[in-house]
Amino acid sequence: MPDEHDQDEEPELELTSALVPFFVITNGRALPSDQQYERTALVTALKGTSAAARTLSPEAQAIVDLVAHGFLSVAEVAGHTHLPLGIVRILLAQLEESGLVLVRKPVPRAEPTDRELLGDVLAGLKSKFGA
Amino acid sequence: MYLDPDVVRSVKILVVGAFGVGKTTYIGNISEIEPLQTEEEITEASVGVDDLSRTPEKTTTTVAMDFGRLTLSDELVLYIFGTPGQERFKEMWEELSRGALGALVIVDPQRLDESFPVLDLVERFGLTYAIGVNHFEGTTAYPLEEVREALNLPADTPVVGCDVRDQRSAAQALITLVQHLQSLLD
Repeated sequence: MPDEHDQDEEPELELTSALVPFFVITNGRALPSDQQYERTALVTALKGTSAAARTLSPEAQAIVDLVAHGFLSVAEVAGHTHLPLGIVRILLAQLEESGLVLVRKPVPRAEPTDRELLGDVLAGLKSKFGA
Repeated sequence: MYLDPDVVRSVKILVVGAFGVGKTTYIGNISEIEPLQTEEEITEASVGVDDLSRTPEKTTTTVAMDFGRLTLSDELVLYIFGTPGQERFKEMWEELSRGALGALVIVDPQRLDESFPVLDLVERFGLTYAIGVNHFEGTTAYPLEEVREALNLPADTPVVGCDVRDQRSAAQALITLVQHLQSLLD
């Protein structure tokens, strides 16, 4: 029965084309490397009264506003603003350079010494789901 | 919406699988936030129809991917990224796999052949993984050992039943993966 597989619509595979001229949003800046703003890096706004804060593009301002009161991951910033991840990375590079956001890097790959980290992950999952 | 103020560490696990296998449902069921999507560009080789010289060109398409969040302690957050298992997404795999703790591979027992490209990517990017065999409504549960054999899996790779619509079952598959990661340290 082919219907069985319809329960799971996968919007992730919707292919669309970009409608926004991104070079306008980003002032023609090149992409920072994806290692720089990994999608699990955590971002929050810093209180800035600098000149830079007054000349932000609407998209950069939207990011600053979004993370004004706490930390969100780079992925969440992209998800909430509906901006492509690559654009979010460019804007974050600008904002970090201007001292308007703080970016906290994710934990690097679990190495054999990361027994403690895996233990924390496991304990967290068990307590969260009562398993 | 915001993370707890004391959260200082973030880790990620990939939920991978063929199209329609249940990744979106899985993430929706287990995430503490309404699942979000990232939109990102991928480049694909294509041949322009009107191009007389027929030189392959690269075209850019945008792909939207689901992810979810699980705060695991006062200071630790886990992100779960749904990752499509087709070869043409391998650019994204490069970044997604970097720093990932591991991958949960969801398979549909009726369409196991579709999992081979997924397993190929998981192994190529060096991810430790567990297999979650999705149980689709109206089908009988599939013997897990048959799945292991059909997929030609290493003996120590965990294979668990995983009803993506059931939160407990979905969580148990993640727990199995983390326990497997731990066992590799021993």
